Amino acid sequence: MAPTDDERPARARIIHPLFVRITHWINAVAMICMIASGLKIYNASPLFNFSIPSWLTLGGWLGGAIAWHLAALWLLVGNGLAYLSYGFFSGHFRRDFLPLSPRDIWRDAIAALTLRLPHKLGAYNAVQRLLYVSVLLMGAGAVVSGLAIWKPVQFQELAGLMGGYEGARLVHFCMMAGIVGFVVVHLALVILVPKTLPPMITGRALIPAKEHT
Amino acid sequence: MSDRPVLQRLQRRIRLADHKPALEKVQRRLFLRQSLSLGALTLLSGCNLSEDNDATDRLLWSMSRWNDKVQAALFNPNKLAPVYPESAITQPFPFNAYYEEAEAPVVDGDAYKLELGGKIAEKQPWTLAQLRALPQTSQVTRHICVEGWSAIGKWGGVPFRTFLERVGADLTAQYIGFQCADKYHTSIDMATALHPQTILALDYGDAALPTKYGYPLKLRVPTKLGFKNPKHIAAIFVTNDYPGGYWEDQVYNWFSGS
Repeated sequence: MAPTDDERPARARIIHPLFVRITHWINAVAMICMIASGLKIYNASPLFNFSIPSWLTLGGWLGGAIAWHLAALWLLVGNGLAYLSYGFFSGHFRRDFLPLSPRDIWRDAIAALTLRLPHKLGAYNAVQRLLYVSVLLMGAGAVVSGLAIWKPVQFQELAGLMGGYEGARLVHFCMMAGIVGFVVVHLALVILVPKTLPPMITGRALIPAKEHT
Repeated sequence: MSDRPVLQRLQRRIRLADHKPALEKVQRRLFLRQSLSLGALTLLSGCNLSEDNDATDRLLWSMSRWNDKVQAALFNPNKLAPVYPESAITQPFPFNAYYEEAEAPVVDGDAYKLELGGKIAEKQPWTLAQLRALPQTSQVTRHICVEGWSAIGKWGGVPFRTFLERVGADLTAQYIGFQCADKYHTSIDMATALHPQTILALDYGDAALPTKYGYPLKLRVPTKLGFKNPKHIAAIFVTNDYPGGYWEDQVYNWFSGS
């Protein structure tokens, strides 16, 4: 007699390809450098009525922070472009982030908030998809607004889309704040569901037999 | 012809003693920067703190030189900075320097002579009257500070290209250096010097520059950050030897183009 689903042993499967794992961790380092040095730059002339505590910043003083920011920028952008190319051409985006319908997002958000949304390793629910797509768009927005701040004359058409130099500063700050918001949720979920962390390092996860198709 | 004797003469005019407060500030900043690099390195690798600290600094400096090259390539000599109506001028236009406003140097305009050096054919000093006799232009543009804030102002004076051509500057040289009465110094690339909006400003608004904005002579470069716009200019020299600058020597990016 054939074994039932419950009796079949769990199997290890690669759920995060090597390329995604490498770019994920390079991005983590680059993002920390960019955000921490960016907060030091923010402190030189705060846009809002608050400053960032020094221990959260990188660079020591404005000159050092700008040097870090404009150096780490190449790591962030180079790594980001590599990841985007991979995502488009390997089918990673299409397979893992799509489809993304408002109805699915609503359904999964309700399920998550009522703690009835199970975590399936290797497959993203609609809320996760929304968050990952959003943070990619915010990352692109941060880079584009950063280019407008860096070159408000050479790229003045780009800056113009955001209302000029001062508008681009505001957009740049909002994108950073959105990315930080994502990171907070992202890390909170990893803490709540720790089994999601090892696969982002080894790539492998034990998929319960029931979920084999 | 060598630039050296002229440069040495210019440099001798600024004695080390004059720089003492500034040097102390630099040392304080360097210490801060290095201590933070230590923190950053802990973050990145968690080992070899003392040795890799220098490596981190060297990496940041070489990335900054790379960024100079990228910005020179991105610089379009015909792309104009946006201009604004006079109603957009920021009131009051902020004072900014490495010292307090009360310490800004008071220069005697009647005795003033702009000195020239380096790869320039006609090095006779220029009086303010002679500079005012050259063709004049004015602009309302946005001054963007490296600190992030920006302000719109109106400057008037001689197109820098007109001046450089008049004195027979070697326009194939790489750098233009500026020595200032407030002990500040900086330098820019030749392409930016020849940009149509780069001007030797004599006026702020419709009157002569007040002391706080750089009397009697300031370089207005709307395609670069504010610290690349030296005030109280005493001497200008053209050279192929990288001249650096007050902030640039402390790791501010040299090109700093907008």
